Amino acid sequence: MDFNLTQEQTQLSDTLRRWTEKEYDFETRREIIASHEGVSQKAWSGLADLGLMALPVPEALDGFGASGPDMFVVMQALGKGLVIEPYLATVCGIEYLKHDADKFTDLLQKAATGEVRFACALGEAQSRFNRADVAMTAKADGAGYILNGRKTVVIHGAQADHLIVSARTANGTRERDGISLFVVPANADGVSRSDYRTIDGMRAADIDFANVRVSDDALIGAAGEAWPLIDAVSDYARALICAEAVGIMQAVYETTLEYLKARRQFEQPIGAFQALQHRMAEMFVEVEQARSMAMLAASIAGSNNPEKRRHTVSAAMIRVGQAANRVGEEAIQLHGGIGMTNEMQVAHHFKRLTAFGAIYGDIDHHIARFTQQPGFRKIG
Amino acid sequence: MNLEYDADDLAFRAKVRSFIEENLPCDVQAKILNHKRLNRQDYKTWHQILHKQGWIAPAWPVEYGGAAWSPVQRHIWEEETTRAGAPNIISFGVNMIGPVLMEFGNEAQKKYYLPRILSCEDWWCQGYSEPGAGSDLASLKTAAKRVQDADGHHFIVNGQKTWTTLAQHADMIFCLVRTDNSGRKQQGISFLLIDMKTPGITVRPIITLDEDHEVNEVFFDNVKVPAENLVGEEHMGWTYAKYLLSHERSNVAEVGRSKRELRFLKKLAMSYTSDGKPLLDDPLFARKVAILEAELMALEITNLRVVSADDGKSEPGPEVSMLKIVGTEVQQRLTELMVQAVGPYGLPFDTDFLEGGREHAVTGHDDAAPLTASYLNFRKASIYGGSNEVQKNIINRMILGL
Ligand SMILES: Cc1cc2nc3c(=O)[nH]c(=O)nc-3n(C[C@H](O)[C@H](O)[C@H](O)COP(=O)(O)OP(=O)(O)OC[C@H]3O[C@@H](n4cnc5c(N)ncnc54)[C@H](O)[C@@H]3O)c2cc1C
Repeated sequence: MDFNLTQEQTQLSDTLRRWTEKEYDFETRREIIASHEGVSQKAWSGLADLGLMALPVPEALDGFGASGPDMFVVMQALGKGLVIEPYLATVCGIEYLKHDADKFTDLLQKAATGEVRFACALGEAQSRFNRADVAMTAKADGAGYILNGRKTVVIHGAQADHLIVSARTANGTRERDGISLFVVPANADGVSRSDYRTIDGMRAADIDFANVRVSDDALIGAAGEAWPLIDAVSDYARALICAEAVGIMQAVYETTLEYLKARRQFEQPIGAFQALQHRMAEMFVEVEQARSMAMLAASIAGSNNPEKRRHTVSAAMIRVGQAANRVGEEAIQLHGGIGMTNEMQVAHHFKRLTAFGAIYGDIDHHIARFTQQPGFRKIG
Repeated sequence: MNLEYDADDLAFRAKVRSFIEENLPCDVQAKILNHKRLNRQDYKTWHQILHKQGWIAPAWPVEYGGAAWSPVQRHIWEEETTRAGAPNIISFGVNMIGPVLMEFGNEAQKKYYLPRILSCEDWWCQGYSEPGAGSDLASLKTAAKRVQDADGHHFIVNGQKTWTTLAQHADMIFCLVRTDNSGRKQQGISFLLIDMKTPGITVRPIITLDEDHEVNEVFFDNVKVPAENLVGEEHMGWTYAKYLLSHERSNVAEVGRSKRELRFLKKLAMSYTSDGKPLLDDPLFARKVAILEAELMALEITNLRVVSADDGKSEPGPEVSMLKIVGTEVQQRLTELMVQAVGPYGLPFDTDFLEGGREHAVTGHDDAAPLTASYLNFRKASIYGGSNEVQKNIINRMILGL
């Protein structure tokens, strides 16, 4: 057992810290948020130059074949630096394509250099957090399929070059069998995207698919059998957002601690008040408990034991989700009025924490999933 | 013990309810019920409707143009207006500076300012907090120096106020300023009324984390204030400030508003689904709503106990701190559960829609679009008006004596 980072991981973490401090400061980020595109080509190229896009791509396809812990390090740094580029979306796209690597060699190689960006169009208006709740249809037609339906709140949907889309080739809306995954060029005929801002400074899109024709080449894996893959990649994404949240919480914790030492009221630092010392101590505990769960999730994210993976990742979503909520709210409260301003980085960290479970399932969703695993009732 | 309203109360309720139904402008009501942002005119319109009816100042005595309602009647009024979705009356005039002037102002000040507060000719804002003086308000530094020149006696004001709510709309600001540095910090503070149009005043917006413009910084650079704008005696401002703070904390429980928001929460939880079933049928979610509803029921009765004990003569006591703590926690929890109720639809951030620039949200989910902004905004409730930590210190000092 070893909880330490490898030398390479430490280097990667330092590099990313320096990069975000230099290339992605508060003002730069504000301009990106306000820009029409909502993301920065320059930042994307910068991250690609650092090898970030190549990390999750298999070595055989010009990538680095990164492990879960490698990605933990990356996401922590991106979280702390409040990076709003379509990295997570692209990494998840890569995870889907890796499943059918022989078929998608070209796209994966392009992804490794940052040439293409992906978004995962899985959610629908009614589906909430259930990725099997798919009403969108794909009808077999000659040597391909015709897609019809609407995907909603697709993170970075309008910034992507290719969309990973779930659609039903068989069965009823919430059945796990009968779901297929397709790679659809974002500029394909019949695709229309409505881009909007999200509360945490990112972008999302609602995407309509009206008689979109794709060939068999667009199908990832076998028709109707995408559920286990969707479940696995979603868990991988969850492990990554847990790591990101830990990076954010660490930053929030440090900032708040500094503030408690610096801010004076009643002729003393507010950190001298025992009421606040206890709150700060609780924040410390939250961050450490969350870190433990995020490390566990990162180490298990690529596991080929689905039950163990689900059990661990849902537990991480529960615990990190609680911490994200508590740490974010406490940080604002302990800052007082200044915490409420958009000028303060801590407010933006808080907003990102607020978005924690909004796509990959809130605490209740993961409590339900956790308690439904057969292992929950097996009492040792 | 009898927890029922009597017949007079019920008749009063019926009367005000029908007035509100007939007079509350529909567009303003729709904004409130749907968590959209109000503009200056929205507040003013409702204020003037109530002024015409003679109901703008429920607690003021009749001689000053108030309605002189009993505490229970005021409570009913608050419930009915919030239930219907009426805007809050901007409290800086009617609830804050008005009572201070009635108690400590001179005849000329009462005669001039009170009617203008009632008619909303003057929109007031509150200049208490400073960058270095928040919870420790008495450490404020904005300085006022008394001078005499050809125009007569004046104060020259220099310094900065901050977090000044809606100062961008205000005609007048009441300020705590330092007129003496020699004694304890609570001594040497004076209470000044300042016209926002006076040369030397600069208002700068502070944009909050929900990207709203609700608070401001107000800078004073050699601002010349006529000496007759001093309230009461020089250096005695802290006494008046404390009097005002006790009034600021009236209706802190916000029971009416929270009951309205609870209804909204339940509506959301009936229409948003998880696996095809309404969220309210999910025991995990229902449990949270039930716990919150029970807390709100308790708060309603606790609040009524405080209201009923109010004889109109003595100052509100430390129990108001309890109402502030629970009231704001309930409000915040409501916003939190609403965000949870809509799941992914808590993410889109649509300022255009919030500000009325577009009729429908980009996502088509009008009910969900404002909710996270509202959640973020309501973090303020446990910070302002005396933070909840400070309220606990008050309970300790005044009740527990630990
Ligand atoms: C949206 C908004 C609107 C406002 N509107 C107005 C307005 O119109 N006019 C006006 O004058 N002011 C206004 N305020 C200011 C408000 O009154 C102050 O923010 C408040 O008094 C807290 O002061 P502070 O922000 O300086 O925080 P600080 O006093 O610096 O407090 C920071 C943290 O320390 C805690 N703390 C401080 N002292 C103690 C203690 N002794 N024991 C334990 N904990 C302590 C606080 O609870 C808080 O958590 C507004 C504030 C907000 C956020």
